[in-house]
Amino acid sequence: MATPSSFDTNRYQRSREDTRDIVVDRIIRFLAYLVLILVTIVTIGPFYFSVVLSLLPQPQTVRLDLWSFIPNSDWQIDAYLDVFRASDLPLWFLNSSIVALIWVAARCLFDTMAGYAFARMNFPGKDLAFLVILSTLMIPGMVTLIPKFIILNEMGLLNTYGALTVPFLADAFGIFLMRQFFMNFPVDLEDAARIDGASRWRMFFHIALPNAGAALTTLVIFSFQGSWNNFLEPLIYISDASLRTLPIGLAFFRRENVVDYPLQMSVAIVSIIPIVIVFFVFQRYFLESNASSGIKG
Amino acid sequence: MVSMSFGRSGPGPSRSAADREDRYLGWLFILPALLVIVTFIVGPIIYAAWVSFFDWDTIGQFGEDANRPFIGLDNYRELFNSPQFYQALRNTTWYTIGVVPLQTIFALLLALLANRKIRGLGFFRTAFYFPSISSSVVIAVIFIWIYSGNGLINTVLRNLGIDPPRPVWLSNPNGIFAQLLGKFGIDGVNVWLEGPSIAMASIMAQNIWTSLGGLMVIYLAGLQNIPRDVYEAASLDGASRWQTFRDITVPLLRPITYFVLTIGMIGCFQVFDQIYIMSEGGPAGTTTTLAYLVYTQGFQGFRLGYASAISIVLFFIILVVFLLQRRIDDQGQDQ
Repeated sequence: MATPSSFDTNRYQRSREDTRDIVVDRIIRFLAYLVLILVTIVTIGPFYFSVVLSLLPQPQTVRLDLWSFIPNSDWQIDAYLDVFRASDLPLWFLNSSIVALIWVAARCLFDTMAGYAFARMNFPGKDLAFLVILSTLMIPGMVTLIPKFIILNEMGLLNTYGALTVPFLADAFGIFLMRQFFMNFPVDLEDAARIDGASRWRMFFHIALPNAGAALTTLVIFSFQGSWNNFLEPLIYISDASLRTLPIGLAFFRRENVVDYPLQMSVAIVSIIPIVIVFFVFQRYFLESNASSGIKG
Repeated sequence: MVSMSFGRSGPGPSRSAADREDRYLGWLFILPALLVIVTFIVGPIIYAAWVSFFDWDTIGQFGEDANRPFIGLDNYRELFNSPQFYQALRNTTWYTIGVVPLQTIFALLLALLANRKIRGLGFFRTAFYFPSISSSVVIAVIFIWIYSGNGLINTVLRNLGIDPPRPVWLSNPNGIFAQLLGKFGIDGVNVWLEGPSIAMASIMAQNIWTSLGGLMVIYLAGLQNIPRDVYEAASLDGASRWQTFRDITVPLLRPITYFVLTIGMIGCFQVFDQIYIMSEGGPAGTTTTLAYLVYTQGFQGFRLGYASAISIVLFFIILVVFLLQRRIDDQGQDQ
């Protein structure tokens, strides 16, 4: 080794700082894992407890023993069998499915058409129309609740599937999403079709729509989630028990069975199964679209 | 943002014919969506203002107006003289002040922690996001049990030898700050300073728990969008971790923070589902928010005019806070 010059001392110090940095990095990394695991327990814990609660015999849920949350032979599936006798779960499920199907289908058509027009076509008043639609993103739903009630009543839609679907056939977020997509969608394909004499309708239905898969997936997920979890409107615009959707059915069912936790929890769990399946299948889209909504906002 | 893009009008007669066609086809394409949005969002805003000037206590046809006289500003006058309104305003304010900053800070911190090469990051993201996908009702049902007399929290507390507060969480009307000050012998503080009731604080905690994951995912995406070389340049200049965070990360995340604060604020000001399911506005009205008041006045009391007046006030509160926030954001950007 050469005799330490001032340059080398410097280097020595540098490398010491580097070691310190590595140690600090390790500590931060360890803390990161610790915090992430703790937060995971806090986020997933309630769901775990609710699943176990649905499996416990009812008396055990009244006087709680924390040991009963560790898998044991007392766990049973009786509550799930009871659910179909004690509640109208299949009916709520059917209603939620019908409503979700209408939301999703209508938005895929109407939002996409509007988004396409805003991205591709030039017509008078276009910018104003887009501004009006976009500004509704900021309008709190609570403010329109009462006039919507009066309007739906006037249209004779209260207490029908109409009240649960017609106001939701299109939405500003979906239009915005589809517009963004079509603005980045290559024009060449359409130009080729246009030279061949294709009409706008043909270009839309045969070229644009079939190629909008990725954006449509996001739109489907958002619409499905929105309709499946919608609570406020069905609560107010529906009084007929035969039209209850899952969230409404569950809310009333809980009130009628206040102390029967296994029964409540089994209804709750069955009701989120479809959205959980959709989530795990399309997880990437959920996380990405949530994130992109933040960046674009 | 709205871009003022105009269609490319190329040469040739066929193109200009097609462009002419677009002038009405464009409207045809947006017509269904526009109809829905104007009928059920834009129109109702104006209609809500109209209804708020009437003593609108019946649900009849548009034409029959004998039972609903025009009363000018009476609904607003009644509102601003009603202690119930001020309590709801207080509750809503506490709710928003409590939830929005906390959920934003926690989400940012979590995102910062997760923004490194971490094994199983996908798993953690999924786990954190999970509460955001289920309905408010399912989560409320689970938390009603967690907060109940023999629920999770109380059982854990008892096992630790701690006496749970009485009355039980969601039935406890005592303000949290009043409780705290009471411990120091300070009693009878102003109602505005009593803080949210323990019942309200419990619902706030539940809300933070639910939205945390979704917000974290938004922040994480933002962090990953910051180019690596920006940090490398900073570290070459000898910037400390704290300086890097303060001078690079936070400013670059500004648009995301703005978005997160805005949606958080709009959501909190109209919180309804959890209140309806978990506490029904009680105990002693301490969880009655403005949105819940709109519901009880409009759909339990059938005072549609009065409830509309409340919703219009709510609209203006949200608008003012939104504009203030934008102003602060603009000023920050100028610096």
